[in-house]
Amino acid sequence: MAKRSAPEVNAGSMADIAFLLLIFFLVTTTIESDTGMNRKLPPKLPENIDPPKIKDKNLFTIVVNKENNLLVEEQPMELKDLREATIAFLDNGGGTDNAKCLYCKGKRDPASSDNPNKAVVSLQNSRQTNYASYISISNEVLGAYRVLRDREAKRLYGVTYGEILKQYKDAVEDSPEKKAWEVKKDAVKDLFPEKFSEAEAKE
Amino acid sequence: MSKFNKGGKKELPAISTASLPDIVFMLLFFFMVATVMRQNTLLIENKLPLANQVEKLENKSLTMYIYAGKPGPGYEKFGSEAKVQLNDKLISNIQEVQAFVQQTRANTNQTQVGKLLCALKVDVNTNMGLIGDVKEQLREVNQLKINYATRNGDATKNIK
Repeated sequence: MAKRSAPEVNAGSMADIAFLLLIFFLVTTTIESDTGMNRKLPPKLPENIDPPKIKDKNLFTIVVNKENNLLVEEQPMELKDLREATIAFLDNGGGTDNAKCLYCKGKRDPASSDNPNKAVVSLQNSRQTNYASYISISNEVLGAYRVLRDREAKRLYGVTYGEILKQYKDAVEDSPEKKAWEVKKDAVKDLFPEKFSEAEAKE
Repeated sequence: MSKFNKGGKKELPAISTASLPDIVFMLLFFFMVATVMRQNTLLIENKLPLANQVEKLENKSLTMYIYAGKPGPGYEKFGSEAKVQLNDKLISNIQEVQAFVQQTRANTNQTQVGKLLCALKVDVNTNMGLIGDVKEQLREVNQLKINYATRNGDATKNIK
């Protein structure tokens, strides 16, 4: 008998199987958001210990009321000006003698912060404040820290702080490279430590 | 001449459908790669706010999720106030957060307990009172590493 080519398999049912699998995955999975702002909550102090005292000039108060209006250092302010104001506060370096800040480029106003390692940013919400505005404010404050850290990292190592973080994350665990990046990261972090605290929400 | 004979019939050849499943498989692979199996069915509305000072969550297995928001469409029987959802149920007493954290710690490796992160996925329209309560409960159990889940974008667009 002459050779006959095998009859072609009908590909229509393959498509059906594929569609079934696709519908299964569409229904049972989500495109999750896995980004977010990392924060550290302050530890709970035992009852009888007082919180450490901070001088008024080293404290940058941000108060948000239930209408989501900002009151920064007792003055009303718009959200878009917050980052600049925070940078001015952190970078002030008004201290003298042993509290002197050598790398600060701010106004050196004696009424504002002495040194970035003493400067504390404090946020107080009302219970009715919107979560979205809280996130925006936190974002601006963290952005201020990032801008200053980027500047210092560029000055010391020629790369931005963001670049240092990326290289640190990408480096192989326990390699000398990772340790080198860790040293750089910690050095820049110590120049502008993140002292961003939140006060108890008021009614 | 017979070598070039077309054969008389003028039928167009049937369109091969062999590539149709290939196209569908491509879509399927995209979904398999870009998505994760949904852990919890959300009983609440959960539109995350925008922020740009964000970092990726490092280790999904060492993350516990706390959801908060108004009960969503189909779940109005739970009320219209913002609620907290842990695993698959809405909690009535905020103290249950502590039990949730302890349980998650019990289920993780002893060496990894220190690396546990608590991701707070909160809807944009929630009020800070509820979040403040959740954070108080987390401080009580000494779960200090938290992450506010957000979408990547310009934070000034959050406030309407």
